[in-house]
Amino acid sequence: MDFTVQDLIATLLPGTVPAALGYALAAVAVAFAVLSFFVAPLAGVTSWLERRVWARMQSRVGPNRVGPQGVLQWLADGVKNIQKEDIIPASADRKLFLLAPYIVFSGFLGAFVVIPFGSWLIPADLNIGILYLLAITSLVVVGILMAGWSSNNKWSLLGGMRSAAQIVSYEIPAGVAVLTVIFLSGTLSMQGIIKAQGWAPWDWFIFYNPFTLVAFFLFFTAALAEGNRTPFDIPEAESELVAGYVTEYSGMRFLFFFFAEWGNLYVIGAIAATLFLGGWQIPATLFGVTMAEHPLLKGVLEFAVFFVKAYFWAFVAMWVRGTLPRVRVDQLMAMCWKYMVPISFICLFGTIVLLVIWPDGNPALTMATLAVSVLIALYFVWRVVFQIMHSRPTLYLKPYV
Amino acid sequence: MSEVAESTGLHTEDMTLNVGPQHPSTHGVLRFVVKTDGEVINEAIPDVGYLHRSIEKIGEKCTWHGYVPYTDRADYLAAMFANQGFCMAAERLGNVEVPPRGEYCRVIACELNRVASHLIAVGTFGQDIGAITPFLHALRERESINDLMEEICGARLTYNYLRIGGVGYDIKPETCARITAFLDHFEPIVDEYNRLLSYNKIFIERLANVAVISKEDALQYNLVGPNLRASGVQWDIRRDIPYSVYPDLDFEVPVGRGERGTLGDSYDRYYVRIRELMESCKILRQCLDKMPDGPAVAKVARKFKPPAGETYVRIEAPRGDMGYYVVSDGSEYPYRVRIRTGSFTAMSIIDKISPGIMVADLIALIASLDVDAPEIDR
Amino acid sequence: MTAKEIYERVRELCPGGVGDLDEQGLEPFFKVDPASLKEVCLALRDDAALKFDVLSDLTAVDLPTENVIQVVYHLYSYEPRQEIVMKADVDRDAARIATVEDVWKVANWFEREVFDLFGVVFEGHSDLRRILLPEDWVGYPLRKDFVEQEEYDGISTEREPLVPENMR
Repeated sequence: MDFTVQDLIATLLPGTVPAALGYALAAVAVAFAVLSFFVAPLAGVTSWLERRVWARMQSRVGPNRVGPQGVLQWLADGVKNIQKEDIIPASADRKLFLLAPYIVFSGFLGAFVVIPFGSWLIPADLNIGILYLLAITSLVVVGILMAGWSSNNKWSLLGGMRSAAQIVSYEIPAGVAVLTVIFLSGTLSMQGIIKAQGWAPWDWFIFYNPFTLVAFFLFFTAALAEGNRTPFDIPEAESELVAGYVTEYSGMRFLFFFFAEWGNLYVIGAIAATLFLGGWQIPATLFGVTMAEHPLLKGVLEFAVFFVKAYFWAFVAMWVRGTLPRVRVDQLMAMCWKYMVPISFICLFGTIVLLVIWPDGNPALTMATLAVSVLIALYFVWRVVFQIMHSRPTLYLKPYV
Repeated sequence: MSEVAESTGLHTEDMTLNVGPQHPSTHGVLRFVVKTDGEVINEAIPDVGYLHRSIEKIGEKCTWHGYVPYTDRADYLAAMFANQGFCMAAERLGNVEVPPRGEYCRVIACELNRVASHLIAVGTFGQDIGAITPFLHALRERESINDLMEEICGARLTYNYLRIGGVGYDIKPETCARITAFLDHFEPIVDEYNRLLSYNKIFIERLANVAVISKEDALQYNLVGPNLRASGVQWDIRRDIPYSVYPDLDFEVPVGRGERGTLGDSYDRYYVRIRELMESCKILRQCLDKMPDGPAVAKVARKFKPPAGETYVRIEAPRGDMGYYVVSDGSEYPYRVRIRTGSFTAMSIIDKISPGIMVADLIALIASLDVDAPEIDR
Repeated sequence: MTAKEIYERVRELCPGGVGDLDEQGLEPFFKVDPASLKEVCLALRDDAALKFDVLSDLTAVDLPTENVIQVVYHLYSYEPRQEIVMKADVDRDAARIATVEDVWKVANWFEREVFDLFGVVFEGHSDLRRILLPEDWVGYPLRKDFVEQEEYDGISTEREPLVPENMR
């Protein structure tokens, strides 16, 4: 492409403005565009989807009034929350209280910088992509702790403390699980990790060997815990801590926390898809069409594949939330330090040993892992279908209606 | 002070947490002043009375018939039982014989109400542990019961169905058919519920061995109903001091077995209720089969004036032994009505059991005792 | 055991403490002397034949004509299955009676309730505070001569009629 960002800035701005300021303005403009036209609808639609999926599981209807099937419900909620009064408790630490939602939000938003939506659709393919991702999402803890402390409310404080303990602990199994992938791909770049995999399931890292299969589920579980999702939602445990660290927040600031939470749901799915599930990889030729000749079609397909993979795991997270109760805080810690950390290290060393034995992988082992996974998945699907077939329909008894 | 603090010489302070009166899991308005060391509770002092409506005092100002609707409000999740307790006391004082069909109508309505009340209990239990889905599934079934109740007596929550001497309205055959349809539908649902919640690993981990109430404590604090049975005392007023038509019916009294942990832990209290759901279904089916013909209400004077005397009636409500101590001085108004409820005594055991458990366990303990704020305060 | 046998046994154990058995009503009861209440209660609980391990209910009845408040104890035993009612008369103007909290723990809350609503002071009670009513409530509502205060915390307790007078 001949057209560059520099040209754009040059045409839009008068020559007297220094170039650095121009870049900064451009960055803000791009961030604004991404935020309002991609991330906000994404988080919003995820919230709508979660409420609908959840409602379906609970034999309710869910939001279905705003837009077709209620798909614009998130817009209505946003408008409502902007109009609400922004209450700051008199005894709160005002500055920290005001700042906390933005810290949480930027921690979540920063993750989008390195998420590869397609072979060229990535804001910045940093060569330390995954390291950056682990670092930037940790910013969320700071924000939550800040919110918990500055509210000057005991429930908030307990929530903030729980959250800090939980997120810091679960970083370890998540990080070690990510490390197995880094060993296999030999790169920290998100695009590099995807390019090291292929479009077919047997090229994905999840089925590379049995250890990576376990590592994937470790990663997913740890990511749920880091995202404060049920069954690990103890920082905002409604029935215990009222609303945890968001107890004192209202209006738009409250919404920012939940914005981040729902957006995080997609981020979890996206990272899982990138690291273990081949990301945006599609076959080079599909139905006789060579993908390299149709860049637009290729881009759309890649985006779609990535999106579906990411959303599938977001859906699983919603499903888990609809099914499981919450663990207790000591059980949560015990689960992390007594089980997940040791298992993640076993996975790491197992992968290293196999990597030493077969540096280029062992197709037979991969196929065996894939076959076992497929069998487990089929059994699971069969159970689900069985239960759905045998579930009782709602009984309508009311004779007067 | 915690052991860690003592060994390191660090200065720590207990934190005083004020749980309630507005809190998502206090089932109405309860308040606990909780002193915690981090997440571990040192002391939890219950504070009740936020829902005190002086129902006992109102009883002294109402006529005998006129007081029946007020008893509904004593425990609005199981209003039928409060009705029944008062009506039985009045009948015993006034020596009124209830016709057999009236007794069967009463038992059918009460057992339906028991199922509804236990569904709320186990549903909110799931919600307090963090599983929202089972709660809504339980409420969905309860909605069917509310529909049936509406058909039987025209009200969905505070029924005012029982009269001194029988019931207000006879249960029609088509309603009986619908109750049978509901039972056919409901019995498999309990299995579904078990698969979703009762046998869930996390749920069991959260409840087994948590807040264990020994048999001795249960007797000392006079726990009643499912809470007492969960501690291993096989005691059910329906079977042991039979009233109404319960002697003719065949049912079991579920008792805690400590199957997932210790006898008398929160899981036992939960699971006893699940098993009681099935027993209530069994009772309902038998009642529908055996229902005799005849009038459903006896002739009772409109100005009902039982002779002077006093009586103490016990009935088995969903929250256990509900006692009505009614004193009559021979006038149109009761001289004294005392309602002794299961939640009141269940609440008093909390400050005995709570030291040493975690904040999350306190919520599980409250939910497992199935305390109901209006019933505590009356 | 029948009420008569229970009564005989109690009288054997605490000769001076109990009055006569009244079998006229629906549930037989006996009067107990407030001074020897605890002795009688311990005997009822600990005797191998009586074994009244449960205090089902503890309440009171106000009898202004006799100028007494009657504290009523409903006892039950799960093993063997038997029940008995016990009553203690206390003076209305100086209502004091010993606590049975250390015999049956549940009495703690029951006695607090009776204190709250009748104003009976239970001597030796560990935590005798109002339970259902606010701490600053004036009067004992279940006494027959209770008059509601005109205002509570500056709020009038008189309510506007829901239906205006002329519309009735």
